[in-house]
Amino acid sequence: MTLSLSLSHRFADFALDITLEAGPGITALFGRSGAGKTTVINAVGGLLRPDSGTISVDGEILLDTSQGIFIAPHKRRLGTVFQDARLFPHLNVAQNLMFGARYAPKGSVGPELSDVVSLLGLEGLQTRAPATLSGGQKQRVALGRALLSHPRMLLMDEPLASLDGPRKQEILPFLERLRDGPLGLPILYVSHAVDEIARLADRLVLIQNGQVQAQGPLFDVMSNPAAVPLLGVREAGAVIEADVIAHGTDGISTLRISAGEIELPGVQAPIGARVRLRVLAQDVILSLTRPEGLSSVNVLPVRVEDIHPGDGPGAAIALRAGTDRLLARVTARAVSELGLSSGMQCFAILKATTVAPGSIGR
Amino acid sequence: MTPDATAWDALRLSLWVAVWATVLAIPLALWVAWLLARRDFWGKSLLNAAVHLPLVLPPVVTGYLLLMAFGRNAPLGRALEAIGLQLAFHWSGAVLAAMIMGFPLMVRAMRLAIEAVDPKLEEAAASLGASRQSVFGRVTLPLILPGILAGTVMGFAKAMGEFGATITFVANIPGQTQTLPSAIWSALQIPGGEGQAVVMVLMASAVAIAAVLLSEMLARRVAARIAGT
Repeated sequence: MTLSLSLSHRFADFALDITLEAGPGITALFGRSGAGKTTVINAVGGLLRPDSGTISVDGEILLDTSQGIFIAPHKRRLGTVFQDARLFPHLNVAQNLMFGARYAPKGSVGPELSDVVSLLGLEGLQTRAPATLSGGQKQRVALGRALLSHPRMLLMDEPLASLDGPRKQEILPFLERLRDGPLGLPILYVSHAVDEIARLADRLVLIQNGQVQAQGPLFDVMSNPAAVPLLGVREAGAVIEADVIAHGTDGISTLRISAGEIELPGVQAPIGARVRLRVLAQDVILSLTRPEGLSSVNVLPVRVEDIHPGDGPGAAIALRAGTDRLLARVTARAVSELGLSSGMQCFAILKATTVAPGSIGR
Repeated sequence: MTPDATAWDALRLSLWVAVWATVLAIPLALWVAWLLARRDFWGKSLLNAAVHLPLVLPPVVTGYLLLMAFGRNAPLGRALEAIGLQLAFHWSGAVLAAMIMGFPLMVRAMRLAIEAVDPKLEEAAASLGASRQSVFGRVTLPLILPGILAGTVMGFAKAMGEFGATITFVANIPGQTQTLPSAIWSALQIPGGEGQAVVMVLMASAVAIAAVLLSEMLARRVAARIAGT
């Protein structure tokens, strides 16, 4: 299941020109407000008719402006979850859910009401009116409603942006279940929150000013030093996978990554689980020699692969740690004082605070 | 003082005319309201002006224009009469006059209600697979029911009270085209007729108050259903 699109659209103040592929898995579209993310998702859903372009799902053309093809939104079978849940106020939760099911094509394969209710934890909410639900509950109902319409793909437009931290944490596990579960539904996920993307996405497309700046597997794009200014210097950083191997009695867990073992606090996943770690570039310190007497025990031997000077006094350093890539952000002065260059061996110190609970997934 | 036969006839005819005028106008008013609220097309402001014209024209002028168009000597009136539909000086003409006079009020109330429905809800319905007709029937229509009710009551009240256009177009024939307002006016022309006039004024007031109370009750019920309580 693959979505291919190529779009051009001119607005009063900016022009969008985007070509991308999405699916299977979760493809995240990241960009600042006004970068054109929502335009892309609206064009895919058929809510916006772009000036020119083509959109196809597994070869089925949804839009081809050169041939005058425009499939109406209700015939596209793409479920959309909007930032504002958009539940129908005159229907209760169960009726909202069944609104989706009503339009699932006859004989189509997909989740039933009971599956969705248990997947999304909607037990006991069915007779409630949307107005009485919390933001997180509304978003779960909206997600369930979209799933019951048996879409070929889910479009999610900042589904968590209007929720506060705890409410976000309430939804994220459901999205992970959706990604990893038997449904295997491809998702096009628009967001401007790097933590959500680091936790959920399989592929990442970076959009700036209506143009695709980078796209590829999440681990590659997140560890690309050129992506640092696009993600923001405070948010940039590699995502790597780790296996949980032990939980200490003092609350510190041991995890194995390809370059060795690291110790982290606050790991909830059981032993044997594979988790994602987000290693913020600004939390990685470089040392030419193996440091002694540090409070952090997470020291990894690494090789400098690339040095990417930024616009300001900083530089992004791409590092190879085992088979993983890491990203460090240091000052340009440090680069020259340490004499850092491509191919050099050195040591990366990861602060133990690097990994927030929300940054760990799978 | 009890109502005489003329008063009962006038009440019966007024109710008959008003119900017909309202029922016939609802679908058309809803369609026009939806066009004005949701669609962009050439001549939209012209349509809007035409809908509102009966509100600003003197009712006598509207009645005269109807006579010009549907009178027994006008081409349109003659054509309709050939298929058995006489409008001028006939109760069906009073229905037409009441419809036209109440139409702008109905359209206004319905248009406001449609505009208050977030188009994003309609987009969400479409994204789930609902066709445009289904979206209207299952999302828009239930949400604008209070507005439709309000417009209907306005239209009904206007139809009950319509005088100028009606008396100009269909005259004031007791038992045939004499509505309650026409009958009140006639009673006031006769010496000693004030008594019957007062009776009919009370009748008209009772109908108006009953209509408002009924619509309030229905609107509350609809609003409660929408709020889900």
